[in-house]
Amino acid sequence: MSLDLDQVRRIADLARIALAEGEAERVRDELNGVFALIGRMQAVDAAGVEPMAHGQDLAQRLREDRVTEADRHADFQKIAPETEAGLYLVPKVIE
Amino acid sequence: MALADWEIVIGLETHAQLKTASKIFSGAATAFGAPPNSQASAVDIALPGTLPVLNRAAVEHAIRFGLAVGGRIAPRSVFARKNYFYPDLPKGYQISQFEQPVVSGGGLAIRTGGGEAAQEKFVRLTRAHLEEDAGKSLHEDFHGRTGIDLNRAGTPLLEIVSEPDMRSAEEAVAYARALHALVRWIGVCDGNMQEGSFRCDANVSVRRQGSERLGTRREIKNLNSFRFLQQAIEFEARWQIETLEDGGRIEQATVLFDPASGETRAMRSKEEAHDYRYFPDPDLRPLAISEAWIDEIRAGLPELPQAMQARFARDYGLSAYDAGALTASRETAAFFEEAVAAAVALPGEAAGAAALAKLCANWTMGELAARLNREEKDIAEAPLAPAQLAGLVARIADGTISGKMAKEVFDALWHGEGGGAAGAADAIIAARGLKQISDSGALEKIIDEVLAANQKSVEEYRAGKEKAFNALVGQAMKASRGKANPQQVAELLKRKLAG
Repeated sequence: MSLDLDQVRRIADLARIALAEGEAERVRDELNGVFALIGRMQAVDAAGVEPMAHGQDLAQRLREDRVTEADRHADFQKIAPETEAGLYLVPKVIE
Repeated sequence: MALADWEIVIGLETHAQLKTASKIFSGAATAFGAPPNSQASAVDIALPGTLPVLNRAAVEHAIRFGLAVGGRIAPRSVFARKNYFYPDLPKGYQISQFEQPVVSGGGLAIRTGGGEAAQEKFVRLTRAHLEEDAGKSLHEDFHGRTGIDLNRAGTPLLEIVSEPDMRSAEEAVAYARALHALVRWIGVCDGNMQEGSFRCDANVSVRRQGSERLGTRREIKNLNSFRFLQQAIEFEARWQIETLEDGGRIEQATVLFDPASGETRAMRSKEEAHDYRYFPDPDLRPLAISEAWIDEIRAGLPELPQAMQARFARDYGLSAYDAGALTASRETAAFFEEAVAAAVALPGEAAGAAALAKLCANWTMGELAARLNREEKDIAEAPLAPAQLAGLVARIADGTISGKMAKEVFDALWHGEGGGAAGAADAIIAARGLKQISDSGALEKIIDEVLAANQKSVEEYRAGKEKAFNALVGQAMKASRGKANPQQVAELLKRKLAG
């Protein structure tokens, strides 16, 4: 399996990564190198092996359902570029 | 257009907000209506270096739901990142479940139509998975900017996905209602649709009758009332049928329903379909659910609506319709059962449990429900207690009062007359002199007088005019000031007119 330039541009677009014209080809070649590695791994017979979802073979710890966080929006909003009436303001987005 | 040539196929995806005090991955509060961003913690706003920690109660609710629908609870399930960019999703991904959801399978019985035309159907569920909600975008009033409130970000949701098993808007609404009743019944969701705690997306497609292949579907997003769900599906199905009959094609798309116009319109076509690039979230290890934990939750489950309906039918001889209506909520069912128990336990009660239960059912679903509805009250806020209704029902059963008098007594109970116990109805009946005249001697006297005073009606009746009989019953009821038993009056009248 390998990627073409259109697929690379589409993935970049989905990931909101800007690619300059010449860059797309370099990225494609790098990604295709990764795909070659994946191809070698795919060739290994993994029948009967549980897919691994995490590097640690441990179950996750659970938290009791208690409110532990206070209202700190004033602190958090000090680093926001623009706020009003407690809201973060962003460029207009509407579908 | 021949609608009958087409079959409508509907599947529903429902987001039920889980009833927890804190968020699914942080200790911030979930209360509705707090000032903007006052309940958005560092985790919820995705500050670098923060990590999610799963809320045990959210998992418990998911297990409870899975058991209630007869689904499989995964001993090990995995959280995944669903990637997309939107300002009210600060991490750039939503934590959800993809390949290994916490619940799979199961289903829900639904009932459509009433009386003779009533039909039962089983709607299968595909899965139910845990995920976090996004924040809210406010597009108005900010001088061309969008305001972001992240209070809702991280609120626990259970997304419940049905199989495409429904064949009409009516069935879809019946399913949504049954699901809504169930999540409230088992206490996992408050079901408040105005506040967005329970919202549906409907996948709708159409195909020629007899066709096995599914048509291309369009997904109607964010329907937050049963009425909108019904209207949106009806409009969408009609639109698809017209489009196909006109030789057009259906493009897969996400559509929005506009309540003002009653129409659906495409939001974005799936051509530029979101590619969510799911992958297991490395911040969260797999979720392990032990048999012991499942057993513990199963032991704490209340009797479920279906089991209760079957019991009501068996123990009280109620119809499926009555049993269904009485189990619309746990509170209603409890009110009914308490009323029946209190009525049966009244001293000297001889009417029998089935008769009393039927009366309790009628009054709970009839007068009581209508009153609550009119005053926009919940059954928990009803000003009369089950025991008081029992006292009233007992007097109807033994013929002391007529249906009409019973309404007067009910109204008095509603307004707090007669005290709070089962004897309240008796107190009102005594105070207002509402006893029916069932002593046939007194009644005969009234009827003789009525017959003497209404010779014209008597002659008309003998000449074959049925209406004249009703007029005589009316006169007799009037003469008794409404205290006669209409059935008894009719019987006596018939006998006297024949003789």
